[in-house]
Amino acid sequence: MADQITLEVARYRPGLDTEPVMQSYQVPLREHWAILDGLTYIKDHLDGTLSFRWSCRMGICGSCGMTVNGDPQLTCATFLTDYAPGPVRVEPLRNFPVVRDLVVDIGDFMEKLPTVKPWMIRDVDSPVEEGEYLQTPEELDEYKQFSMCINCMLCYSACPVYALDPSFVGPAAIALAQRYNLDSRDEGAADRDDVLTSPEGIWACTFVGECSAACPKDVDPAAAIQRYKLTAATQAVKNFLLPRGAR
Amino acid sequence: MSLYHRPIPIFWWLERRSYLVFVLRELSSVFIAWFVVYLLLLINAVSGGSAEYERFLDRSGHWWVVAINVIALLFVLLHSVTWFGLAPKAIVVRMRGRRVPPRLVAVAHYAAWLVLSAVVAWVILR
Repeated sequence: MADQITLEVARYRPGLDTEPVMQSYQVPLREHWAILDGLTYIKDHLDGTLSFRWSCRMGICGSCGMTVNGDPQLTCATFLTDYAPGPVRVEPLRNFPVVRDLVVDIGDFMEKLPTVKPWMIRDVDSPVEEGEYLQTPEELDEYKQFSMCINCMLCYSACPVYALDPSFVGPAAIALAQRYNLDSRDEGAADRDDVLTSPEGIWACTFVGECSAACPKDVDPAAAIQRYKLTAATQAVKNFLLPRGAR
Repeated sequence: MSLYHRPIPIFWWLERRSYLVFVLRELSSVFIAWFVVYLLLLINAVSGGSAEYERFLDRSGHWWVVAINVIALLFVLLHSVTWFGLAPKAIVVRMRGRRVPPRLVAVAHYAAWLVLSAVVAWVILR
């Protein structure tokens, strides 16, 4: 195995560059080094001006999503040896405006996320003295998969619908809405329905499925969206056919 | 702050196989519409009597109509298969407290497709 590998890194310096330019760096090819370790090596030893986001380095925080050889990846969980002999092309996440180098502006996602109210909603909160809201393992299984989302936004980067129509609420936000809709302790499904069933919500999704392929946590946002389509369609038929009390 | 917005290439849908399948599936709706129109024309011909029906059959035998229908059939198959691929994602069935495996949901759809096709074939060919 060669002891070096080339990282071709997208550089975008606002004010200097009109568009990103690729810059090559030689980094050590070590067995346990992830792409993020290669970028950190560049930052520490070769070029301190390189900008990128990272935090936990263990696939939890969702900060280090980038485009690696064309695919959206968490760079802390993507290993250099898998790309040997290289070169490895590292670019910012697609479908987001680039702030600098590998750093993207996530403001759009941060604005959309609260619109689906991804938190526990209760009609009436039980007094604390009554203890926890109990839940069976089966009830936990209903939503657990969707609760694994780490907001890394790889799904937005993979989604061609979001690329073409940035008003789309998007895979992660809808999956997180479903995470609460399917939680036996939550009573807020009706509060989320308007946003989810709007033209920018579930119906904008055309089931490309790349969001689920890109998800590093197997959340399967495509399934969350298709599932809510069925829920919404069933509810619409009930609203049309049944009297108000029987819906 | 000047942000860089990556332009979407014209041929973005050729970047990945899944993107290409997605675009072809969207395109398949045109052929679904064509089959609906073709069926309406057939019904109209049948209601117009045997001479009208014969003329419809003659028109349908033209090479270009056959070619369109073969292409439409391929797109309708793509449409159906991708739809059945979606079904197990959307439908969560529970039996005796356990979730029915998604693969079984897909198999049930294909089985229903087969049965309905057999019934239609029996009605037409008997």
